[in-house]
Amino acid sequence: MFHTIMHISLAAVLAIALPAVAQTPAETLAVLKQTAAETPGFHGFSTARGEQFFKSTHGSDWSCATCHTDNPAGVGKHTRTGKAIQPLAPAANADRFTDQAKVDKWFKRNCNDVLNRACTPLEKGDVLTYLMSLAK
Amino acid sequence: MRIHLLILTFLVAGAAQASGETLRATNPRWKAECGSCHVAYPARLLPAESWKAMMAGLDKHFGSDASIDPATTAEILAFLEQNAGRRKPDPAVKPQLRITETHWFKREHDEVPAATWKNPLVKSAANCAACHTRAEQGDFNERSLRLPK
Repeated sequence: MFHTIMHISLAAVLAIALPAVAQTPAETLAVLKQTAAETPGFHGFSTARGEQFFKSTHGSDWSCATCHTDNPAGVGKHTRTGKAIQPLAPAANADRFTDQAKVDKWFKRNCNDVLNRACTPLEKGDVLTYLMSLAK
Repeated sequence: MRIHLLILTFLVAGAAQASGETLRATNPRWKAECGSCHVAYPARLLPAESWKAMMAGLDKHFGSDASIDPATTAEILAFLEQNAGRRKPDPAVKPQLRITETHWFKREHDEVPAATWKNPLVKSAANCAACHTRAEQGDFNERSLRLPK
């Protein structure tokens, strides 16, 4: 009985201490690839397309680079509030793209702000491929 | 006389401490979610009605999509309501969403020179930390106040 309680509490402590379903950026990309592959004509993600997408505006005032800057391996700045944004490139910030819920949350918000719509799996995968190509 | 002064000191210290503590009310989800794009503004700075309206419209949050999942929204709203400002707003008027438009904010900041507001280091009146150097810690004490030059 005592041991069972110990095991349950240990499990509870671990569940709290560990971040929600940790994954590597490569695993995050693999999830995107699985979805993108369902689109007809999918031939893989592209670093060049991702960079182009990241640095361009898409009908609104902002691009990804407006806040994350043209160097997403460096510190960015929220264009409205001025608050510092930690680097987005995984090489420069080990926390990035390791939590699926967080990835989904920010793609949803930021795509709405930048494109007034959701991003396609291809667009997300291209951007992540570009970000993963950057050195520290 | 001395006793009166002592009592007064205690009262003032007590009030300051109380207000400091309520401004410092904290919750890990509130801190993480509300503090990712700006300082996590203390719950006490707006009444519960305002927080309710704010949390119901996060998909259009001052021109940005700041939406969060329903479970997290509910937890943060409960925290905000529990620690909200006590002043009852006029029910006929739409809830105030901008802290900077409250009478309280305007009164507290009426001595700030116009040039300070225009300073690019301040950028916006929503940027508490430009002057309140310990705003991130929920400390808005005048001792930690530094106007940027």
